[in-house]
Amino acid sequence: MIRFSRWIWLYILISSVVILSGIFSMVRYGFRYSIDFVGGTDLSYSLNKNVPMDKVKNIFKVNKIEIITSKISQNVLEVRTKPIDEKQELQLRNSLKKQLSVSIKSLRFETVGPVLGKETMRKTFVASILATLGILLYMNYAFKGLNFALAAILAMIHDFFVVIGTYSLLSHFFGAEVDTMFVTAVLTTMSFSVHDTIVIFDKIREYIKSEGKGNIEYLADKAVTETMVRSVNNSMTIVFMLLALTLLGGSTIRFFVATLLIGTITGTYSSPFIATPILIWLEKRKK
Amino acid sequence: MKRNYLIPIVLLFLLIWMCLPENVPIHFKIQKYPVNFTINPLSINYNLFGVPIKKEFRTKLGLDLKGGSHLVFQTDTSKVKKEDVNDAVISARDVIEKRVNFFGVSEPVVQTVKTGSAYRITVDLPGIEDVSQAVTLIGQTAQLRFMEEASMEAKIATMTPLLSRLTQYTGLGGQDIKKSSVVFDPQTGKPQVSLQFSKKGAELFSVITERNIGKPVGIFLDFYPISAPTVQQKISEGNAVISGNFSVEEAKQLSIAINSGALPLPITLIEQRNIGPTLGALEVKKSVFAGSVGLFMVLLFMILYYGKLGIIASMALGIYGLISFALFRAIPVVLTLPGVAGFILSIGMAVDSNILIFERIKEELRKGKDFPIAVRLGFGRAIDAIKDANITTLTVAFILFNPMNWEFLPQFGMVRGFALTLAIGVATSLFTGVVITRRLIDIFYKRSDIKK
Repeated sequence: MIRFSRWIWLYILISSVVILSGIFSMVRYGFRYSIDFVGGTDLSYSLNKNVPMDKVKNIFKVNKIEIITSKISQNVLEVRTKPIDEKQELQLRNSLKKQLSVSIKSLRFETVGPVLGKETMRKTFVASILATLGILLYMNYAFKGLNFALAAILAMIHDFFVVIGTYSLLSHFFGAEVDTMFVTAVLTTMSFSVHDTIVIFDKIREYIKSEGKGNIEYLADKAVTETMVRSVNNSMTIVFMLLALTLLGGSTIRFFVATLLIGTITGTYSSPFIATPILIWLEKRKK
Repeated sequence: MKRNYLIPIVLLFLLIWMCLPENVPIHFKIQKYPVNFTINPLSINYNLFGVPIKKEFRTKLGLDLKGGSHLVFQTDTSKVKKEDVNDAVISARDVIEKRVNFFGVSEPVVQTVKTGSAYRITVDLPGIEDVSQAVTLIGQTAQLRFMEEASMEAKIATMTPLLSRLTQYTGLGGQDIKKSSVVFDPQTGKPQVSLQFSKKGAELFSVITERNIGKPVGIFLDFYPISAPTVQQKISEGNAVISGNFSVEEAKQLSIAINSGALPLPITLIEQRNIGPTLGALEVKKSVFAGSVGLFMVLLFMILYYGKLGIIASMALGIYGLISFALFRAIPVVLTLPGVAGFILSIGMAVDSNILIFERIKEELRKGKDFPIAVRLGFGRAIDAIKDANITTLTVAFILFNPMNWEFLPQFGMVRGFALTLAIGVATSLFTGVVITRRLIDIFYKRSDIKK
């Protein structure tokens, strides 16, 4: 058996470094938001030959469309602009075709008003709070005590901050954007986190039943040791899956999968190293 | 002891049939005879005691994977009286649906979403390439028109069906109707639809009825006929009643349809997403490939680590994949990218159930128990953790899916798709991870145990 509870300072250190750098990044750099949240138009055209960017920009200017960001790579033109409607888009496409003498295939054209994103965000937030309450209630019932539930939820909140903090870094350095897919990934992480924690808690519950609450640290360490192989193995399988998707999958889901990957890692890490120490602390405080 | 293997094998066969890929042509030769056929999943189309049963097991892909347009319209209800808002929005929705059908899109989805005091109408048009035409067509306000017969020679007139004779626009339209409602004939008690014209409308209507006595006047919504009553007399007081053999429901429908023309509800496009079919197809292809690689690695890992038990877990996982996929097709679940994410997560949780069980079995074996006893104890011990973990996940999925359609929870798209596949996946994994694995262990370990 490994006395995991002797190393709590190390876990606090690791988590603080990760979360604080995330929070620093959120404060300093913030996020890049997709049009889902701020409104605007995303255009993506596949061209049959290379065209110079400044000419393209000029045509946008002539059509009175304000560019926010733009790039061309591998003959795919991607532009974000202030919101335009489908008529303006058609006009733009035609003048691009004519003046650059290229053929254009429209891959994507999305326009979103700024209201919708905020609304989705708010509703998702309400749903998450309700889901958290649901978890709290069920765990309170299944584990016959609020401490287990509280520890699991706090670990979940820890994972939440790890994921959004890291995403802010991804956003700053690699251009990842906060969109509805990101919201989904955060939700996934939160539900995985609790799922994973319950397995260890189940073991602790079992030991408490057979050996009494005597030395909670000892019981917890025993449980963590016993479940360690399972935790690592289980995460490995999910990590394999997600790594394959990150490296080989399509570009539109890359950041989404990367977020899930981070979520899985922190979700696995937080069960023995955050949730369990919190549980120990809560149980000891009660005495 | 001989077990009955027939039923499981038949079930497995059915499952595989449901999950077959669609439209894959097969051509090969056996010696000199060429074999040509197309693989397709199971599709049922029978009559069982007079009840038609029709079910096709085909994958439904969401717009983000298949390509198509997602449009969101905001309705402007500010000019509509409060008690009429609901009716107006519903009729606007109906009108849009008619227009979309007119456009010839397969499987369009038109829904109303209420958020706070705002009413929105969302339109999903799969596989549409040129969206600007669709947007223009949908975006118009509903047009109600009164049509009369164009002057034709009597002979031709009697030959042509009634509705196609009504080609002449009378100049009287939705803008001239104040309100339409359902009334009941005081004599017969039959439902009728009343029309109340504006002042200008009343004048026009009186002229129209005068010149069309004994002839039909058609009421058209967006060029679709909704009613063609025959004029009995000149009507000049600005009120009219459409009588006919209506049921109350039909009369209500008609009045809603007229109101939607009469109460034009301006709609503005606040969101549109158009995904070209190439992008979606490419994404699907890449993700399916990546997913298979990932799955292969998972299976390899399980087999390398757990040996014979790993093979059993892989088989259980295979069955798990088949059942979930068959369920996705049977319900049917529209697969979107978030939906796929939910599914992947549930695969992870399905594997987890097996790992939990195997670790418990190993634990019992370490304590020196015999294999059959270790299996039984291992299952019993693992089941608590599996149950609690999965019930929590199901709770989360349930709330995110928002089955009661509560206004303050996410009502559409992304989050719901995710929650649905996650829930199906987790529920299925509870079954395969526990029941199927158990059966497989029984089958594969029976003989070798006895030898020990």
